Amino acid sequence: MTILRLLGFASALVLALAGPPAVARDTGDATGRILAVPDTVARVFAAGPPAGLILYSLAPDRLLGWPRPLAPESLALLPADAAKPAYGRLTGKGDEANLETILKLKPDLIVDVGSIGPTYVSLATRVQEQTGVPVLLFDGRLDALAATYRRLGGILGLAAEAEIRAAWIESRLARVRDRLRDLPPERRPRVYFARGPEGLETARAGSINVEAIDYAGGRNVAGEALGGGSLVTVSLEQVLAFDPDIIIAMEPAFHAALNGDPLWRQLRAVGVGRAVLAPQSPFPWVDYPPSVNRVLGVLWLAALFHPDLFPEDLRAEVRDFHRLFYHRTPSETELDALLAAAAWP
Amino acid sequence: MRALPWSLVPVILLVLAAGALAFGAYPVVPGEMLQWLWWRLGDGPPPPPAVVSVIEGIRGPRIAAALLIGAGLSLAGAAYQSLFRNPLVSPDLLGVSAGAALGAVLGIFLSLPAAGIQGLSFAGGLVAVGLVYLLARAVAARDPLLVLVLAGIVIGTLFGAGLSILKVLADPYNQLPAITFWLLGSLAGIRADEVLLLLPAALAGMAVLLVLHWRIDVMTLGEDEARALGVATGRLRLAVIAAATLLTAAAVAFSGIIGWVGLVVPHLARLAVGPRFARLGPASAAIGAGFLLAVDTLARSAADVEIPLGILTALVGTPIFVWLLAARSAEA
Repeated sequence: MTILRLLGFASALVLALAGPPAVARDTGDATGRILAVPDTVARVFAAGPPAGLILYSLAPDRLLGWPRPLAPESLALLPADAAKPAYGRLTGKGDEANLETILKLKPDLIVDVGSIGPTYVSLATRVQEQTGVPVLLFDGRLDALAATYRRLGGILGLAAEAEIRAAWIESRLARVRDRLRDLPPERRPRVYFARGPEGLETARAGSINVEAIDYAGGRNVAGEALGGGSLVTVSLEQVLAFDPDIIIAMEPAFHAALNGDPLWRQLRAVGVGRAVLAPQSPFPWVDYPPSVNRVLGVLWLAALFHPDLFPEDLRAEVRDFHRLFYHRTPSETELDALLAAAAWP
Repeated sequence: MRALPWSLVPVILLVLAAGALAFGAYPVVPGEMLQWLWWRLGDGPPPPPAVVSVIEGIRGPRIAAALLIGAGLSLAGAAYQSLFRNPLVSPDLLGVSAGAALGAVLGIFLSLPAAGIQGLSFAGGLVAVGLVYLLARAVAARDPLLVLVLAGIVIGTLFGAGLSILKVLADPYNQLPAITFWLLGSLAGIRADEVLLLLPAALAGMAVLLVLHWRIDVMTLGEDEARALGVATGRLRLAVIAAATLLTAAAVAFSGIIGWVGLVVPHLARLAVGPRFARLGPASAAIGAGFLLAVDTLARSAADVEIPLGILTALVGTPIFVWLLAARSAEA
């Protein structure tokens, strides 16, 4: 009896290791890896917040859960079925998601969006070997978003839906790019990007944290002064020396304290009311998660930086974006709140 | 150095502070510096408001905080090394840093404003050491110091685990970097009003430790000998722990975790003035103040970005410590 059960278990194990049964086609991800993906993909696991948001925007019913629990403020702006369980991040090492929980969910596919460097390729390969579930890796940069949608649409059998979204992103980003193409540097505002509880965390040039600011025709003062890299801390004295035209804050608590602070008020940008909090709902418009939410951030920042070049009605764009990507058209009151948060203080 | 008159110490620190006041990312030319000085002395027109902000609102508080925190951590370390009769002890022995770190990280996790994060951090440090003390008292033992150390390890590890849980739960794109930067230690964001909060805590803690110098010396003889000499060892231990905890918790709350200072500086001081706490204490405080001021000035002027203090103190402290060890073994 025990031996029989053991044998049964062993054969099940062998079958499980042999890979998913319904392998029908090979498909490539953004890293050039060719993977066998089941014919019908009904259940998808998102490996991180950027992937979770993109999958939700394209195929909400196939997204098994969120990498991180959503805040009540976020859920209020999303359809009721957005309240999915949170399973944690899955990066391949040091992550919160439990591999056995993931297997129990029986995903047809694991999708990650973000950096596609060699580290992430090797971690994705490791997860794939451990779970037997294909892991697709996509580029998270703004310019790669449309391609990511199209590839995912092909894999999920949602090509038409993906095309609508890819085209929306492409047309908006192209509009911003085209109008800013011949803009001389002196007409681009110098922007300080303030993160962290004290607003002293910022990003160097080329960091994905400031991609939306760069895209919208702002000059990242920290990047221009400090060169390329990732997040850094600076002192307020350094920010005074930067003398930015505009401050984009990410922390509501910091932004609330900003205008009453005698030291921050010494900054020209604060004095003339050019310190604004990036809208946070349902997902922050700038920086995090570095996903499709930042397209809205690009449109907002472009209009903020260059009101003469972007006379389009942001309200219509926000409504459109929510309808297409968040599957719910916000009410006029909700739009008022979203746009009030997006205005100068 | 033994012959160095004590009256010179404040002068040296003042000169160091004045020198540090002249360095920084915001360009303040010497003319503006003098103009500010004249204006503050009641003569002449005020310099541009930005210059006043930089000198009085940013650099001044930062220099004051570096002096206070450096002195406090070093004095606390010296007192602990004497109390526990162990030269490898640092002020976070009883878990104060772990508690303060957990409090700060909880504040960042809850997206509190900076003042709330500092408040939670300070409270966390006090709670951790309070728990250690209660735990050690609940365990009746022949060697109370050993039990204290073990309780410190236990509570410190527990709080460290709590910190790790919050790191796992934190938003990887937003809160996690903020947590990392906070824990590495920095004086970049310190304000004048924060220095005013730090000042009484630091002065009170330092005063207690300096006043108790004779009793602390007696404790280095050992528990039984101290008691034979009429020292109420239990109460003294509590007073030293409370004062050192106050100093360290206040420091971590405003600056994050700055390691090595409380470990290395007392050794330097002992080399200079010997082991008697009446001299060791003030010397540790003075050297610690100067050391952290120098390191912080380096942290904010060596590069345009802030170099986290915890990293710099380790980089500077390690070679000093190795040199101290080598010097000692040569002596022996």
